[in-house]
Amino acid sequence: MTDLTRITVAQARDGLKARTFSATELTQAHLDAIEAAKSLNAYVLVTPEKALEGAKAADARLAAGEAGPLEGIPIGVKDLFATEGVRTTACSRILENFVPSYESTVTANLWRDGAVHLGKLNNDEFAMGSANETSCFGPSVNPWRRTGSEVPLTSGGSSGGSSAAVAAGLCLGATATDTGGSIRQPAAFTGTVGIKPTYGRCSRWGTVAFASSLDQAGVITRTVRDSAILLRSIAGFDPKDSTSADRPVPDYEAAIGRSVKGLKIGIPKEYRVEGLSPEIDALWQRGADWLRDAGAEVVEVSLPHTSYALAVYYIVAPAEASSNLARYDGVRYGVRVPGKDIAELYENTRAAGFGREVKRRILIGTYVLSAGYYDAYYVKAQKIRTLIRQDFENVYASGVDAILTPATPTPAFGIGEKANASPVEMYLNDVFTVTVNMAGLPGLAVPAGLGAEGLPLGLQLIGRPFDEETLFALGEAIEQAAGRLDAPRWWS
Amino acid sequence: MAVDEKTVRRIAHLARIRVTDEEVPHLRNELNAILDFVAQLDEVDVSAVEPMTSVLPMELRQREDVVTDGGYAERIVANAPQSDDNYFVVPKVVE
Repeated sequence: MTDLTRITVAQARDGLKARTFSATELTQAHLDAIEAAKSLNAYVLVTPEKALEGAKAADARLAAGEAGPLEGIPIGVKDLFATEGVRTTACSRILENFVPSYESTVTANLWRDGAVHLGKLNNDEFAMGSANETSCFGPSVNPWRRTGSEVPLTSGGSSGGSSAAVAAGLCLGATATDTGGSIRQPAAFTGTVGIKPTYGRCSRWGTVAFASSLDQAGVITRTVRDSAILLRSIAGFDPKDSTSADRPVPDYEAAIGRSVKGLKIGIPKEYRVEGLSPEIDALWQRGADWLRDAGAEVVEVSLPHTSYALAVYYIVAPAEASSNLARYDGVRYGVRVPGKDIAELYENTRAAGFGREVKRRILIGTYVLSAGYYDAYYVKAQKIRTLIRQDFENVYASGVDAILTPATPTPAFGIGEKANASPVEMYLNDVFTVTVNMAGLPGLAVPAGLGAEGLPLGLQLIGRPFDEETLFALGEAIEQAAGRLDAPRWWS
Repeated sequence: MAVDEKTVRRIAHLARIRVTDEEVPHLRNELNAILDFVAQLDEVDVSAVEPMTSVLPMELRQREDVVTDGGYAERIVANAPQSDDNYFVVPKVVE
């Protein structure tokens, strides 16, 4: 019998419909795989009873001919999405005992469509990190290793549990969130596909907030088609999120296989940054060739304010985080550390509950928003953000349909290898991805082959606002040319 | 605009995060490294640029000013570290 943890969402959908296997069998196969892969630390909470109960209900609906679009598909959920009755921690000690009494809109949409909830996935604490190392549960581990080496590598961050689980066959797809690259970088590090949709495409309601003007939910899957299938489910208008876009959700899967002939692809010259590994540069060229072979036209474009994006990001994101994380005060939920008065209670609680990176970002954010510095830092950053968005608008106005860039400057690195790196050095991981969040655009990371060390490398496609369909069409063309990547399962 | 240890303590207090004496010099260095990094923005002329206030051009929706939710205080306090009769309990605030 086929290994049910190696199939795609699309194949599972067909197999369930044809009754080749049951939802219960499919879910059980994944629960067994999760049990055997504990060393990857991808899940921070497994919900086997809930999963099997969901699978049983899915089997009943399949038998009755009442199946939803995702009926019986086992999904992992990043621990940043509130799940009713299921502990949700954002991988922070301050929320270690938090059990939401409500469900995030994104996950509610998945369950509405029949998906099965396997459990909660590891991430960097409050999604702040690029290596999943700031999680209070410890880092998730990349299923990929360098050829001939057993050194554990990072599965990226912040959605490192999502990327590890999808690459390792511990779910068919996973939810994820992206504030500066947290879907696309982990996808690139693990040979998986990650879609960060347009800002406003998916509701932020019930997702633990990091930087509200940048945060956007998406998915990580093993194929471009699977991303298209899952995005259709999680996307859509939600009156509970004031920035949610009130526009219809297209059938994204219909864009898979659509011709890319005549599409104009921009190659931004400013992305040839210092320190770009030669193999990633070569991969980028190869990606452009593939799209050209498929009939697209490749042109050089300029996004002149690119080099400022990281600096802008490290003002705007901490500023919004310092404001969003003010709610963790030990009063209404989460951990409390007593003090002699209420101020000391707050200070003790937050000192004990937050990890180093989160504290650092809250302090930076507090500083740039404090009296006398607000204009010099925050307002200035938001002005440069306008310039970054205008760069993209100008390129799209010139007739470019999508932009092709590398997803990350390097392949996955060793866990702890950058322990002595400065915060700024770690932030460079996001150099190709943050501009997309700055401008609210959709971005898709697609695996494009293995590098010299035997590790996956990814390309990024950036689209016009709400034009995820073009990204899926182009992503499919790259996937067809590059082939799919399957991680060796050394742990079982 | 480098920060000194006094500023680190002031910011930490504003953020309501207790910092120890050992942490302060490290935090000062880390914050200064980040501020040095973002100082590159000084070279951009933004005199004629409007700050971004909306990620995508959209009007903020408004709704009727009516109650649409609520009536379940016990669920609101369910995760409270300390509660009493559906109230959050905190140390005495007013003498």
